[in-house]
Amino acid sequence: MNRNIIISSGFHLIIIMITAMSLPFLSKKPIDLPLTVSVEIIQITDKTNIPLAPKTKKIIEKIKKKEKLISEQAPPKIVKKEKPDAVPLPDEKIKKVQKIEEKKQNPEKIDNEVKQVSEFEKKELFDPNNIAALIDKSKEESAKTMLKNDKVTQDQDKNVNNLGLSLSEEDALKAQIFGCWSIPLGLPYNENLLVRIKLKLKPDGSVIRSEILDHARMNKPGQGFYKVLAESALRAIKLCQPLRVPTTGYERWKVLQLNFDAREMLGG
Amino acid sequence: MIFRYIAIFFILFPIKVYALIEVDITRGNLSPLPVAVSPLSIDNESKEIFKKIFKNRNVGLEISKIVENNLKQSGLFNPLNKDAFLQEPDIAHLKPRFEDWTLIKAQALVTGKVTFVDEKLKVEFRLWDVLAGKEIMALAFTTAPTNWRRVGHIITDKVYERLTGERGYFDTRIIYVSEKGPKIKRIKKLAIMDQDGFNTKYLTLGNELVLTPRFNPTNQMVTYLSYFRNLPRVYLLDIETGMQEVVGDFPGMTFAPRFSPDGKKIIMSFAKDGNSDIYTMDLENRVVERITNHPSIDTSPSYSPDGKYITFNSDRSKYQQIYIMKSDGSKVKRISFGKGLYGTPVWSPRGDLIAFTKLHKGKFYIGVMRADGTGERLLTENFYQEAPSWSPNGRVLIFYRETKTNEKGEGFSAKLWSIDLTGYNERLVSTETDASDPSWSSLLSK
Repeated sequence: MNRNIIISSGFHLIIIMITAMSLPFLSKKPIDLPLTVSVEIIQITDKTNIPLAPKTKKIIEKIKKKEKLISEQAPPKIVKKEKPDAVPLPDEKIKKVQKIEEKKQNPEKIDNEVKQVSEFEKKELFDPNNIAALIDKSKEESAKTMLKNDKVTQDQDKNVNNLGLSLSEEDALKAQIFGCWSIPLGLPYNENLLVRIKLKLKPDGSVIRSEILDHARMNKPGQGFYKVLAESALRAIKLCQPLRVPTTGYERWKVLQLNFDAREMLGG
Repeated sequence: MIFRYIAIFFILFPIKVYALIEVDITRGNLSPLPVAVSPLSIDNESKEIFKKIFKNRNVGLEISKIVENNLKQSGLFNPLNKDAFLQEPDIAHLKPRFEDWTLIKAQALVTGKVTFVDEKLKVEFRLWDVLAGKEIMALAFTTAPTNWRRVGHIITDKVYERLTGERGYFDTRIIYVSEKGPKIKRIKKLAIMDQDGFNTKYLTLGNELVLTPRFNPTNQMVTYLSYFRNLPRVYLLDIETGMQEVVGDFPGMTFAPRFSPDGKKIIMSFAKDGNSDIYTMDLENRVVERITNHPSIDTSPSYSPDGKYITFNSDRSKYQQIYIMKSDGSKVKRISFGKGLYGTPVWSPRGDLIAFTKLHKGKFYIGVMRADGTGERLLTENFYQEAPSWSPNGRVLIFYRETKTNEKGEGFSAKLWSIDLTGYNERLVSTETDASDPSWSSLLSK
């Protein structure tokens, strides 16, 4: 009897401990918080090759100036700007390496913007043996930080998986569908005008399968308007595809539910 | 025991489950739906017969043009230019190549076929959802060849209903007062036409002044007001036979007779002992019943579609405003409270809205409000306009608008206009002459 109570108490204690520690934490590695550089800026540059906004550049330069003060070695100066999307051809790459090697003679001429080139590009551009010679210690530190940040980004991405789409992702999708959805204006505005459609998507945003969740309502007598509305929603999806979905986290949004609600438009 | 272990396993090693992402789409575009109306195909045998009947007119093309024009007038559709069509009408009717129609951005496609069978015109049509790649409607009509325009209107009604969710209003007619001559000496006749302005017929000769014609629910009879030897008379006119009868001579000013929803009564206002009130007349026994009894001027009564209520305008609150009451005259309630004068209230066939004319700061407005007086919306503004009448689906209003005359008294005109509930789709309705006092029939094919 006492043995059972002890076992039961033991299990209860374990469950309480797990709950207190919050379960999702157990399946994840501890997060190393970034030190200074914004994760988002690097991620966007890496993934989409969009040139940085002037404001963002200023922030990065500010951060680098701070580093400049900390560094004991000769501080790097801006010689020329390299656009992050300008990935050179193989011949150009060699020339570039030569150029940078020349720059090595004068550390003051080292391109400060190299930081904005992703780690992948760096690997493509430079001989790994030369990296140490090309970049000063502070650069190495900064590169390490960036690598760390990259790890943190992926880890954070796992967290995002459970949260749904970000505001900007949702806005992009909504804006796309708004343009495609021709609302049937003859619908009675005092009825329940909500059509829920579940979609299974491909990674490129095209639709594999669409399913009207309240399908039974389509054929109910006196609900002809619902059929019209549902068909208009399906037309909008077909017209819009491939849908403007995020480039990452396919698992997160491969099944998506769109709630088409015409009440706001027709009721006003 | 095993279940306990399984439970513990799931607690210790949770499976990653993704929550279903929901995105609310609460806005869409109100731009007209792109529709392709392919000319209706005709087989060779019928073509020869149609040449004789329609004097070389391509009836398939003409019917498709009627459909196209109706859809365009509604403001809800954008019929695509036929020059852009890639597929021949006869093949498109059998099995459209949806890629070709998607290419020209059509979202819906209307195809059809006209044949001559047993001295009758047989028209088949199909409605296709281009994006879904499927047929969503197919119907056939058989009628006398002279009725070919009506077939076009009926097809439009079906297409409209299938794509918008509400009944159409194209197979309908409009009765109005045709006007000719200078402003001080106008000749006014009763005229009737299809809603698109075709097939105009004149029902009276123009010897007497005619006013406010209104259809009965079956569209067979019309009641109107006419002055005979300067005395107002309410008439009933059978449209098919042209027979008319006097319902009654009424004293003093008489206004706007209108049928009850069951067609058994006429409701109107007239002045008795110098006081204008609302009365009904039973058409079977001609018994007149007083509905309102108030020292103010009560005019322009209109029944709700279920016949339980009446809306009218009255100046019992000092200024002319809109009121509703039960059909027996009880429970009178004022529903308009805005600035200006309100008049000519007409209950929508849907029952949800009341259309009215409003005069405020020297300008006339056509507007709508809910039956409880809330949600007033002014749809159009002009120098002079009045007498709104609802389309049978309660989406469009027809009314008339007069223009200003110049200093010499020239330049006066009266025209019919239509506007939909959005207030954006305002259109001139073409008539052979100047026109006023329009009244929209209900659907001819129900």
